[in-house]
Amino acid sequence: MNLFSTFRVAVLALLLNKMRSFLTVLGIIIGVGSVIAMVAIGEGAKAEVQRAFDKMGTNLLVIRSGSAQTSGVRGGAGSQPTLLWTDVDAIRKETLYVTKVAPSLRQSVQILGEGKNWTTSAEGTTPEYFEIRNWTFQYGGPFNEQDVSTKAKVAVLGGTVVDNLFGNGADAVGSTVRINNVPFEVIGVLARKGQAATGQDADDVVMVPAGTFAAKVQGGLRQYLGGSIYVGAATPDDTRRAQAEITQLLRARHKLRDDEADDFTVSSLAEAASARQEGTETMTRLLAGIALVSLLVGGIGIMNIMLVSVTERTREIGLRMAIGARPGDILIQFVIEAVVLASVGGLLGVGLGFGVATYLSSEFGWATKIDPQIVALALGSSALVGIGFGLYPAHKASRLDPIQALRYE
Amino acid sequence: MSEPILEATDLVKTYKMEDVEVRALRGVSLAVRPGEFVSIMGTSGSGKSTMMNILGCLDRPTSGSYKLAGSEVSKLGRGDLATVRNKVLGFVFQSFNLLARTSAQENVELPMVYAGVGAAERHERAIASLEKVGLGKRLDHTPAQLSGGQQQRVAIARAIVNRPKVILADEPTGNLDSRTSIEIMALFQELGRSGITIVLVTHEPDIAEFTNRVVMMRDGKVLSDVTQTPVDAREALANLKEGE
Ligand SMILES: Nc1ncnc2c1ncn2[C@@H]1O[C@H](COP(=O)(O)OP(=O)(O)OP(=O)(O)O)[C@@H](O)[C@H]1O
Ligand SMILES: [Mg+2]
Repeated sequence: MNLFSTFRVAVLALLLNKMRSFLTVLGIIIGVGSVIAMVAIGEGAKAEVQRAFDKMGTNLLVIRSGSAQTSGVRGGAGSQPTLLWTDVDAIRKETLYVTKVAPSLRQSVQILGEGKNWTTSAEGTTPEYFEIRNWTFQYGGPFNEQDVSTKAKVAVLGGTVVDNLFGNGADAVGSTVRINNVPFEVIGVLARKGQAATGQDADDVVMVPAGTFAAKVQGGLRQYLGGSIYVGAATPDDTRRAQAEITQLLRARHKLRDDEADDFTVSSLAEAASARQEGTETMTRLLAGIALVSLLVGGIGIMNIMLVSVTERTREIGLRMAIGARPGDILIQFVIEAVVLASVGGLLGVGLGFGVATYLSSEFGWATKIDPQIVALALGSSALVGIGFGLYPAHKASRLDPIQALRYE
Repeated sequence: MSEPILEATDLVKTYKMEDVEVRALRGVSLAVRPGEFVSIMGTSGSGKSTMMNILGCLDRPTSGSYKLAGSEVSKLGRGDLATVRNKVLGFVFQSFNLLARTSAQENVELPMVYAGVGAAERHERAIASLEKVGLGKRLDHTPAQLSGGQQQRVAIARAIVNRPKVILADEPTGNLDSRTSIEIMALFQELGRSGITIVLVTHEPDIAEFTNRVVMMRDGKVLSDVTQTPVDAREALANLKEGE
C-alpha cells in the first residue's frame, strides 16, 4: 500500500470524526500555541534589547568617579569627582586596546530657541564621542577638536529638542539657541535613536564641546572631570582587555595603595547585555519544559483516541486483512493516522501561537519574533509524539485476528 | 481431468477453550477443480465457516494439508497468507463488509491498493468491475445509498477486481430476499462461466440448486458430495417474472 493512499485514508478517517479529532489534539494545539507565542515574545524582547544596546554602542566602557564597592561610605559613584582631565589623555596614550576616548559631562539645562523653552540634558564632550556612541547626523555634523580647544559656542541638538523648539523634524542647523542664557550656534542635528535601553529618551539631549561646557555651563572644576569617560574598543575581547588595562592605569595614576579600593568604576555594557540574555535563557528552558509536558499530555490523548478508533474499526481492519492487507500495512495505516492527527495539532498550534503573537504585537506594541527553528521543532516533536503514542494502538490493530475482527459487532 | 485448484486433505481444526476442546473439523478432504461451482451445506455448527476460513487462508488447520493452486499454504505466516488472499482469492461475506461512507468505486479499489496497483489503473479496473456486476451508474454511491442486493454486487465487484482464481462466499445470500438471491446467483454463474472457481456456503437448498456440486457437512466431516446439473438462474428469474 503506497504512502499517499495511506495518508488519504488517514485524513478521511480523521475527517469522519472532526469534533473528536479536534478535541483530541486540543492539548497539543494549546501547548504548542502557547510555547510558540511565548517564545515569539521572548525572542522579540531579546532582539529589542540587543538593538537598544547596539544603538548605545556595543564595545563600550564607561568610567565613573567613585567606587562601586564603597559607594555607601563615599556617597555614591560620581558624587565626589576623582577622575582627572589628564586621565582622558593618559587612557588614550598609555593603553593598547582602547581605540577611542571621550569625556562626557552631563547637566540638566534650560534651552531656548525661537522663543520656546525646553529643559533637557546638556552633554559636554569631544568629537570621538559621536563615534563611540554610534551617533549619526540627520542634518549638519559634529564639532571638531578645534571647537573643543577654542571653547567654541556651537551645539548639536537631539531630535526631541529640535521637535520642541523648532517643530517636528525641522532642520535647525544655522539657528541660534541659548543654553543657560549663553547663545550657541546649532551646527548639527542628531539622527534619532528613540528609547535607550535604560528607558530614557536618547534624543532629548544637546551636545556642546567639552571645553565650552566646562567654561559656560558647568563652571568651577578645573583639574577634576565632573562626569564620566567613555571608551571604545574594537571587539568584545578587546573591550574586556581594555577594562583591565584602564583599571591598572588609573590605580597607578591615582596613586592607590594595594589595600585601597578603586576610586573609580569601569563598567561595560556587554556585561549588562549578557545578564539580560541569561535571564531569557532560563525563560526558554522553562518554556521547553511546558512544551514537553503539553506534548506528553497530548500524546496520551492521542493514544487513547487511537485505541478507541482501533476498537471501533475492528471490522474494517478485519476486512482489510481479508482482502490482502499485511500486518505491516495496518500498522503503518494507524501510525500515520496518529502522526497526521498530532501534526495537524502541531500545525494548528503554530497557527494559534502566530495569531496570539501578532495580536499582542499589534494591540500592545510588544515586539515579537517567530523563529522558524522553533516552528520546525514544534512540528517535528508533534509528529514524533504521533509516532510514539500511535505505535501501541497501531501494533494492537496489526495483531488482530482477521476472522475475529470480521465477526466483531 | 485438470489438477485441482483447491486440495484439502484430512483437515482437522480444534479450538482450545479454557477447559473444553471444540473439534470443529475432524478430517475433511475436499478437492475442487478449476471452474467448479461448489456449495457447502450443513446444519448450524457443522463446521462450514471453519472450513471456509481455512480455504480462504484466513486461518490455519490444526493438522492436515491444504494446497491452493498447487502450493502448500497451511504453514504460511500471516504476511504471506495476506498476499495469497490478495492475489489468488476473492471474498464475499453475508454482511457485505463494505467500508461505510466510502464510495462503491473506492470500495472496489481497495484490494488493488494492497496489491500496489497504480491509481489510474485502479480507477479503470474498478469501474470495469462495477460495470460487470451491473453497477456502472452507481460508482459514487456509498453503501448507505445502495440496496442490500446492490451492496452485495459491489462486494462481488471487489472480490473479482484482482482477477482471483477462486471466490469464497460464506452465506452470500443470507441477508437478501429470495429474488435478489437468485440475481446474485445468476451473477456467480456468469463468473463461473468465465472460468473462476466458486465455493459458497448456504443454508438454503434452493440456492444450492444453482451450483454444480453440493457438499454436505455434519459434525466436522463431509457427509455427502454430489455433482449435479445446475438450474440456470437467469431462467429462474424469467419464470419468476412470468408468474407475477
Ligand atoms: N473461534 C472459535 N472458538 C471456539 N469455537 C469455535 C470458534 N469458531 C467456531 N467454533 C466452533 O466450531 C464449530 C463449528 O463452527 P462453524 O462456525 O464452522 O459452524 P457453521 O457450520 O458455520 O455454523 P453456522 O451455519 O451457524 O454458521 C461450532 O461448534 C463452533 O462453536
Ligand atoms: Mg457459519
